[in-house]
Amino acid sequence: MTVTLSADTAERPGRLREFWFYFRENRGAVIGLWIFAAFAFLALFGPWIAPHDPTAQFRDATLQPPFWQEGGSWTYPLGTDPLGRDMLSRLIVGARFSFFVGIVVVSIAASGGIIVGLIAGFAPKWLDTIIMRIMDVILAFPSLLLALVLVAILGPSLTNAMIAIAIVLQPHYVRLTRASVLAEKQKDYVTSARVAGAGFFRLMFVTVLPNCLAPIIVQAALSFSTAILDAAALGFLGMGAQPPTPEWGTMLAEAREFILRAWWVVTFPGLAILVTVLAINLMGDGLRDALDPKLKRS
Amino acid sequence: MLNYVLSRLLTFVPTFIGVTLISFAFIRVLPGDPIIVMAGERGLTDERYAELSAQFGFDRPMYVQFWEYLTGVLQGDLGNSFVTKKPVWDEFFALFPATLELSICAMIFAVVLGLPAGVIAAVNRGKFFDRALMSTALIGYSMPIFWWALLLIIVFSGNLQWTPVSGRIDLIYYFPNATGFMLIDSIASGQSGAFTSAVRHLILPTIVLGTIPLAVIARQTRSAMLEVLGEDYIRTARAKGLSPGRINGVHALRNALIPVITVIGLSVGTLLAGAILTETIFSWPGIGKWMVDSIFRRDYPVVQGGLLLIAVMVMIVNLTVDMLYGVINPKIRKR
Repeated sequence: MTVTLSADTAERPGRLREFWFYFRENRGAVIGLWIFAAFAFLALFGPWIAPHDPTAQFRDATLQPPFWQEGGSWTYPLGTDPLGRDMLSRLIVGARFSFFVGIVVVSIAASGGIIVGLIAGFAPKWLDTIIMRIMDVILAFPSLLLALVLVAILGPSLTNAMIAIAIVLQPHYVRLTRASVLAEKQKDYVTSARVAGAGFFRLMFVTVLPNCLAPIIVQAALSFSTAILDAAALGFLGMGAQPPTPEWGTMLAEAREFILRAWWVVTFPGLAILVTVLAINLMGDGLRDALDPKLKRS
Repeated sequence: MLNYVLSRLLTFVPTFIGVTLISFAFIRVLPGDPIIVMAGERGLTDERYAELSAQFGFDRPMYVQFWEYLTGVLQGDLGNSFVTKKPVWDEFFALFPATLELSICAMIFAVVLGLPAGVIAAVNRGKFFDRALMSTALIGYSMPIFWWALLLIIVFSGNLQWTPVSGRIDLIYYFPNATGFMLIDSIASGQSGAFTSAVRHLILPTIVLGTIPLAVIARQTRSAMLEVLGEDYIRTARAKGLSPGRINGVHALRNALIPVITVIGLSVGTLLAGAILTETIFSWPGIGKWMVDSIFRRDYPVVQGGLLLIAVMVMIVNLTVDMLYGVINPKIRKR
């Protein structure tokens, strides 16, 4: 990792190159990125990779242990669950539910939160106060509890779980965006844009927003993992994806009564959640280091 | 200072009304009529329906209903549970000590391990200890705690048979519920073995509930310490020849504690959310399990009342943290 800077190449490197330069310094983040890439690959192509149909029940092979244990076989490398379904196939296909949850929740929460945050930052004081008080109200409820109650109202399903989690996560984006907007609004370039005759929407979306994005991107990475964890928790409580969907949290809930007899039905889905969430958090740390120069040295 | 306290208190009022409004709206936006839900499968005659509707006030205008709900809430009246017919308020405060006991133990666990871990990591920055501790903290932070609970049950209750799987105490012990805190009541009962049993029941839930706060505290302590260790007064302390223990423990840690205390205060919401999962898995008879059970039983007054009380509790804690913060750090007051 040697960087040679001579006088003629001293121009500023491209944004992406600069980002990658700092991101690469954090080894954990790069590992996280690779795991995340593998996870995304499984999410996209899972059904074609999985050795079996994730919902097919092999009734003569129920609760088979993984291949390295006595009684296990290579037909079902990670064993089978109480209904004789192949664990590995269910885990592979399950990746797409978690991935989907992450993408959808972050898109809804971030887009909604950014718009509301921009409005709060630019709005007159009374509107700003009303918006922030509403966000305070949402934040007063423990997130999982509020999501649980919302799902109870909407009816248990993965879609409703995603909506609920998005609503719960949204205030964080609103606060973050508003805080950055308030800080940026004071700066000269915004004043000069305004003097040059930039309209309200141009000021909001073209002038200010791009300069507020760094903390929002970091938050997006972190809430991607929160969304996966919360969706799995809701699934575990029976309020998320419904059986026989091979969603990881739902798989854990189904496996609960077998924990003392068949460790593998409990261990693998949880491990899948942990590794995915860990990879995303590692990546989030790297993103923060790369995007926020103030924190870079700590 | 008084101004600061008053202004903080003033923001409490609209938030409180908002929280009340949400919990009020909850029972009314539910699909299906709450009265029909309450009647269950037997159904209702039209006269009985009108009678019940009048009894619960559903036939009056919305704003009248909300006003009555709000005044009821302020007097501690949250309605009665559909299932047990007891007042929600009483049920909440009968179960609350169990959650409080568990949360306090989890917080002690998190602070006692998290603070030293953060300090050690910061002092050994970049070395093996730092990396090992921070990797562990990140794993803890990413942990799906419901799975963590199941793993601990497999190992410690299943394989090693060290700890019980559920409940707060073995059923062979029986004593009056004086304070609601099992650790205190079991000592007060004077029965030999009762206290040990209560402790054994607490261990796994405490670890599970404390894991995420532990990771957060360790990470926060480390970064706060790193920031403080770069300050001039630390260099001065070093130049004076103070021992590293004194520099790190007294000069640095005390100043690093301010953000850490905030984080501890703000994890109360996390703890209560974690309590939902932890209590469900360990059949711990507290607020979290009560809420989940009520959601499944469609016991709407309980869900409504519980939601409100929990939110108000989180708000009070956050307010207290804010004020304490103002006391510790005078700069905050002048906003």
